[in-house]
Amino acid sequence: MIQLENITKRFGQLTVLDDISFAIENGGTFAVLGPNGSGKTTILKIILGMVLPQKGEVMVHDNRVLKTWNYRKEISYLPQIARFPDNLTVNELIRMIKDLRNMPSREEELIELLGLGKFLDKKLGNLSGGTRQKVNIVLTFMFDSPILILDEPTAGLDPVSLIRLKDLIEKEKAAGKIILITTHILSLVESLADEIIFLLEGNIHFRGSLEELAEKTGEKDLEHSIASLLE
Amino acid sequence: MILKVLKYSFSDLIRSRWSYVYLAFYLVLGFVLLFLNDNLSKAVITLMNIVVVLTPMIGTIFGIMYFYNSREFTELLLAQPIRRRTIFLGQYLGVSLSLSLSLVLGLGIPFILYGITQSSQIWDFATLLISGTFLTFIFTGLSIFIGLLNSNKIKGFGYAILMWLFFAVIYDGIFLISLVVFDDYPLDKFTLFASFFNPIDLSRIMILLKLDISALLGYTGALFQKFFGTGQGLIVAFTMLLLWVAGPMFLLVKKSSKKDF
Amino acid sequence: MRLTIVSILLFLLVQVGHTSTWNICSTCPMQTLEEAILKAAPLDTVRVQKGIYTCSDLELRKPITLIGEEGAVLDGLGTGYVLKILSDSVSISGFKIINSGRSYTKDFAAIYTYRANYFTLSNLEIVDPFFGILLEKSKNGTVINNLIYGVSKREADSGNGIHLWHCKNVFVENNEVYGLRDGIYLEFVDDSQVIENYTHNNLRYGLHFMFSNRDEYVDNVFENNGAGVAVMFSKFIVMKENRFTHNWGTASYGLLLKEIYDAEVIDNAFTENTIGIFIDGSTRINYTGNLFEQNGWAIKVSGGCYTNKFYENNFIGNSFDISYNSKMNDNSFNGNYWSDYTGYDLDKDGIGDVPYRPVKLFSYIVNNTPETIILLRSLFVDIINFSEKVSPVFTPDDLIDNQPSIMSF
Repeated sequence: MIQLENITKRFGQLTVLDDISFAIENGGTFAVLGPNGSGKTTILKIILGMVLPQKGEVMVHDNRVLKTWNYRKEISYLPQIARFPDNLTVNELIRMIKDLRNMPSREEELIELLGLGKFLDKKLGNLSGGTRQKVNIVLTFMFDSPILILDEPTAGLDPVSLIRLKDLIEKEKAAGKIILITTHILSLVESLADEIIFLLEGNIHFRGSLEELAEKTGEKDLEHSIASLLE
Repeated sequence: MILKVLKYSFSDLIRSRWSYVYLAFYLVLGFVLLFLNDNLSKAVITLMNIVVVLTPMIGTIFGIMYFYNSREFTELLLAQPIRRRTIFLGQYLGVSLSLSLSLVLGLGIPFILYGITQSSQIWDFATLLISGTFLTFIFTGLSIFIGLLNSNKIKGFGYAILMWLFFAVIYDGIFLISLVVFDDYPLDKFTLFASFFNPIDLSRIMILLKLDISALLGYTGALFQKFFGTGQGLIVAFTMLLLWVAGPMFLLVKKSSKKDF
Repeated sequence: MRLTIVSILLFLLVQVGHTSTWNICSTCPMQTLEEAILKAAPLDTVRVQKGIYTCSDLELRKPITLIGEEGAVLDGLGTGYVLKILSDSVSISGFKIINSGRSYTKDFAAIYTYRANYFTLSNLEIVDPFFGILLEKSKNGTVINNLIYGVSKREADSGNGIHLWHCKNVFVENNEVYGLRDGIYLEFVDDSQVIENYTHNNLRYGLHFMFSNRDEYVDNVFENNGAGVAVMFSKFIVMKENRFTHNWGTASYGLLLKEIYDAEVIDNAFTENTIGIFIDGSTRINYTGNLFEQNGWAIKVSGGCYTNKFYENNFIGNSFDISYNSKMNDNSFNGNYWSDYTGYDLDKDGIGDVPYRPVKLFSYIVNNTPETIILLRSLFVDIINFSEKVSPVFTPDDLIDNQPSIMSF
């Protein structure tokens, strides 16, 4: 489980998160939504410990985790932009992450699934954006972590891979994991999300299921619901 | 874990073209110097002038470049169960070691082939390599620290170059001018003290103690005599350089633990 | 010169017909030196066998040869002189001499000569004397193969190893002197030679000339003395093939020339001295074929030096090649090899196409503010040296080597 207590984060003068608290007790898919610059990525990075809040506490499995590092074993992270050291090959990168994590992994299966086989010995610097995103996905899903944090996982993916990704997420969800996801693809949210966390002006403007959102806004589809949240 | 991080940034670096350019530069420099100068001691002196200025510069540029270019790698690592300190120290050591290796191999090979090991210059040469390695570590650390302070690449790069320029030229300029201006006061304490605060001066002095001891002993002050005439000078310079290595490392760890990525 | 001595001895031999040899030892009929010398006829030989013999203020007033065999020791008992030579044609060799006297008022010496000519002092070992060998108003003598050493700590209460005063035609060869004040000292000594000596670790100078003319010193080694050699107020001195090394310290130098005229400094090697040559008020001196390597200052010129010529010398790895304390220059530096020279030789004639300027601005700064020495070889100093090279303001602008050699000599 993940718990955020009174998190405040400012970048200079700009308050991105203003005293935010929420808890995720059970497994499921949680979509973090909000307009650009509303702090979606910041929240994810705070959970990962990459961004440090001015105030507040983060708990993972009931432990305070700010400024600690070992809890990241429990988390797999898919960063927003797939950037890797240019000089490494795909294979080396995968081996390196395995070496650093030192956990059982299932990369072959994923490589097969996403059709990355022929790129294994290519340098990451020479890969296209979409292929790099696939590598990103392999790295994220190859470990069996109880928490998955996916920041715009669909960026640059072709439709086939998008379907594969959905399947992957579904499977993880079925395994009872906590999946935090930000995305602009609302269809993905509609088909995957158990709950929506909507950020606006540094606060959680709405939290609840898709049905609750529809109820609250009185709109039929997600697109319009969100638009009305922003009004 | 730090060794793993070190291993990966090191292997990343020794794969990059620039490490080879750097290594090749020193190899060429070494061979050319030995070819042009028929005697070793002259080559060592010329080399000293180059090493004392160049290693800090290369350390600075590589440090800051590596820091900005390996952001992806850093972010990747930050999401892994690794301590921040480990990540940055590992990368810092990776850069410093690969640069030092280029220096030591690049100069070592030509001079060993030339027979430095059988020559009386071996200690001068060793001091040179040790100083160069110190300077590489110090300036790599300082420039990575500057990188941590500045998210803006252009700014960071500018500050790093300015930092190098400051230690390489400006500091000595101010130092020299103040010595000349305050000529009427006893200056030996100030002189020694002021040179401790510039690692380039410290390594230069370490080499002077080998190459120019004859001139250094010409100075009348008792403090200088003690500093240069006994082993004390070398020990103090060495200790100060170690502190200079530790300082940026400490700052680096401190700053990295507070930074957002 | 030795030939003359031999011919005179031969002449005397023929005159006297024959000479006798007297043996001294603890079991011999004759047991003391005094007795032997009293009984010996002029030109006799006294052989001293192994043993320690008391010998204090013993005066030799007739031509005589004293030979110490292996293990023969003369003990001066620390009271005064050990042997005083007051006659011509005395030869002393082979002794170890200990306990010669020490005084603040008198110049006690292990061996002292006064108005003695045609003497030979050889193969002596003189241990911790006040003065080792003191020659006064003596001519045509030889001091050869001696070892003289002490453990002097202060200049005031120590004397010189070999000290010549008002002498002429003396030959000082292959002696080793250490741990005294001056290794070899010459005052008012003319036409003499100092050859192949080794003086080291003396408090003041390895070799010291005062008011002496037409002398030469060749192939000596001066190492680790307070200063190597001082030549003062002298004319026509030839200095050749000597080695000056490791004379370190404040105002320490390999060679000091003060008020010297018409001298030659040829083929010497100056290595690792604080100052290689310190020149003060010296005129018409030729410096050629010398090597200056890794000195603090190869040559330091201090006022009043005219028409000195420096050519075909090697300047290698010195902290400063030439240092001047004024903007005036009347000396020429042409055709030397300078390791700091960075010019080129496009016409391949072995001579650099760009003149070399051996006086650096930084040496001027160090002269004025000695502490700045700590900035030696720094980039900033290189920069200001360069700007001074382009347009000289503080250093003599006519001090240029117009024909710097590309290769060392």
